[in-house]
Amino acid sequence: MNKNSHYTDSATVFLLFCTMIWAVIGMGAGVYLAAELVMPWLNFDIAEITFGRLRPFHTNAVIFGFGGSALIATAFYSVQRTCHVRLFSPSLAWIVAIGWQIGVAVGVASLLMGYTSSKEYAEFEWPIDIAVAIVWVSFGVVFFGTLATRKIRPIYVSNWFYGALIIVIAMLHIVNSLAIPYSWTQAYPVYEGAQDAIVQWWYGHNAVGFFLTAGFLGMFYYTLPKQAGRPVWSYRLSVIAFWAFVYTYIWVGPHHLHYTSIPDWLMTVAVVMSIILILPSWATMLNAVMTMSGAWDKLRTDPGMKFVVVSMIFYALSTFEGPMLGIKSVNVISHYTDWTVGHVHSGALGWNAFVTFGTVYFLVPKLLGTSELYSRRLANIHFWLALMGVLIYIVALWASGVAQGIMNLSIDDYGQLNYSFVDIMLVTIPYHWMRLAGGLMFLLGALLMAYNLYRTYASSKRNLPVLVKIPKVHPGNEI
Amino acid sequence: MLKLHRTIESNSALLIFGILVVSSIGGFVQIVPNLFDESLHKGTENVKPYSALQLTGRDIYIREGCVGCHSQQIRPLVAEVMRYGEASVSGEGIYDRPFLWGSKRTGPDLARLGGKYSDKWHELHLNDPRSVVPQSIMPAYPWLAKNKVSTKDITAKLELLQWYGHPYTDAEIKQAKQAINGKTELDAVIAYLQVLGTFR
Repeated sequence: MNKNSHYTDSATVFLLFCTMIWAVIGMGAGVYLAAELVMPWLNFDIAEITFGRLRPFHTNAVIFGFGGSALIATAFYSVQRTCHVRLFSPSLAWIVAIGWQIGVAVGVASLLMGYTSSKEYAEFEWPIDIAVAIVWVSFGVVFFGTLATRKIRPIYVSNWFYGALIIVIAMLHIVNSLAIPYSWTQAYPVYEGAQDAIVQWWYGHNAVGFFLTAGFLGMFYYTLPKQAGRPVWSYRLSVIAFWAFVYTYIWVGPHHLHYTSIPDWLMTVAVVMSIILILPSWATMLNAVMTMSGAWDKLRTDPGMKFVVVSMIFYALSTFEGPMLGIKSVNVISHYTDWTVGHVHSGALGWNAFVTFGTVYFLVPKLLGTSELYSRRLANIHFWLALMGVLIYIVALWASGVAQGIMNLSIDDYGQLNYSFVDIMLVTIPYHWMRLAGGLMFLLGALLMAYNLYRTYASSKRNLPVLVKIPKVHPGNEI
Repeated sequence: MLKLHRTIESNSALLIFGILVVSSIGGFVQIVPNLFDESLHKGTENVKPYSALQLTGRDIYIREGCVGCHSQQIRPLVAEVMRYGEASVSGEGIYDRPFLWGSKRTGPDLARLGGKYSDKWHELHLNDPRSVVPQSIMPAYPWLAKNKVSTKDITAKLELLQWYGHPYTDAEIKQAKQAINGKTELDAVIAYLQVLGTFR
């Protein structure tokens, strides 16, 4: 048998397994953090699990462990199918898959040990930054190498988004992490004070933009048309939205720094670009909804598809809420409050985790060569648990955040502050219990999913992954 | 436009190049001019580099992730200035590597904390926050009082900062190890907290 006549999916299978492990670890840490906020003694005076150290562990484990593994897995899977060619260098793909796991695992462990650069979502110290950069560039080599050896002339839309993910994240990571070491583990950044803040939020916002948005849009653009069995509604709209997205997103970072001591013009530009960003974001959402038209009935039978469709609703919600929070007069209330945290989770849980769950439910039976999940009912329960969980979570933090923001600015008729900080903090406590409940439901759903996938595997022939023959390219589309 | 895209989407090298160019513009405009904006990098009258002990405390503050719950950036809003003190300015932070403005106030802002409470209060508070603020949800940090600070890296840290242009004298760097030797991590953190906001 000629190896080159089949796709190679073993690295994808490994990465999907890691995706589920990271989901449980990362979301579990998130639930524990939520519990610490209402029961501060839960750190048991152990430095490693105290809020300040566990929080970056949680964010890095979910973004780079869960999100990163899912993105690399689906990129490897879909780039082969959309290019009608085997992965460029399957062995390098395996090195990427394993290297990424080691990098993130060592990284998050070092955060618990207190090795941190303190820059949000870029907390890893310099040795890990370098290791991760090498793995990421290798990911780029596998991905673009596959594109370069493709058998179909046009490059499918999902691949532009994965491409943007790889290129822009490399740029952001390298520029933001520039630092000079003073020891084998730690370093001081080349930027200082306000300049450091500007670079950090250029990174921080676009890590959201290109890791959590562009990357997952790539996943989405592959999965939804496949699940719906229909082509993307308007290819032209996806083209325009893509380039507008890549250009506009990069400008909006300073809206995380409204009213701080950075130059005013940066904030103004960020407000304008934040508003403009609604257009490409919603164009994509519209394209998704229209792609679904005529296939809505599948929602009744395909639990994976439910996740993907609802992810689009949360995508629309977050990409509207984000620009609103980017306006100075809204931001003046929301900044420094739970509102921001709620917003991030409506994106990270409602959009990223939902589209990932939907895609994994879609891919696993395919990779196993079976047609069905072990239990569709369990997947449906997961769906409702996750949906209720994320809704409870974000509603709680809306309420808490708005209360914090307004109380912080509230002044009485005599020009005195109405509330002390303790007053403001006490208001949030019931909402923090609610968010703990919401987070627990979401975590429970992820555990059900892991169990469901395991049983699907156990009841299959266990020859993972099945070999899939590369089909012939449609005449006229050859390169 | 669509024709251009058709060319790009049939050529992976062009696609890479296109994404790189289109995505760099915003960052380039926002970051590069600011590197040369004097007003952003000029210190305030009172700004001083951190002493060896304060710097050690700052790095412990970073290690424990205090920035996850405490901002250090007061916005120029009436209520905020009344609550926390004068608004922050960029010139106060020119010796801050990394910056520690934070993004969330689960606890209060600390930009002007220095001098607000006594060293003794901080000692009690860090050991057991609820002993001085009964409603507090801050975790306790009892290990700070037990651990002696590490003197291993302090010389290398100051040398690097001196190279970055922070005005340390050679004598200060030479004496740094001695200056922090035998101090607890709690001493260092309190020294750092007490200098916060005094640079304006």
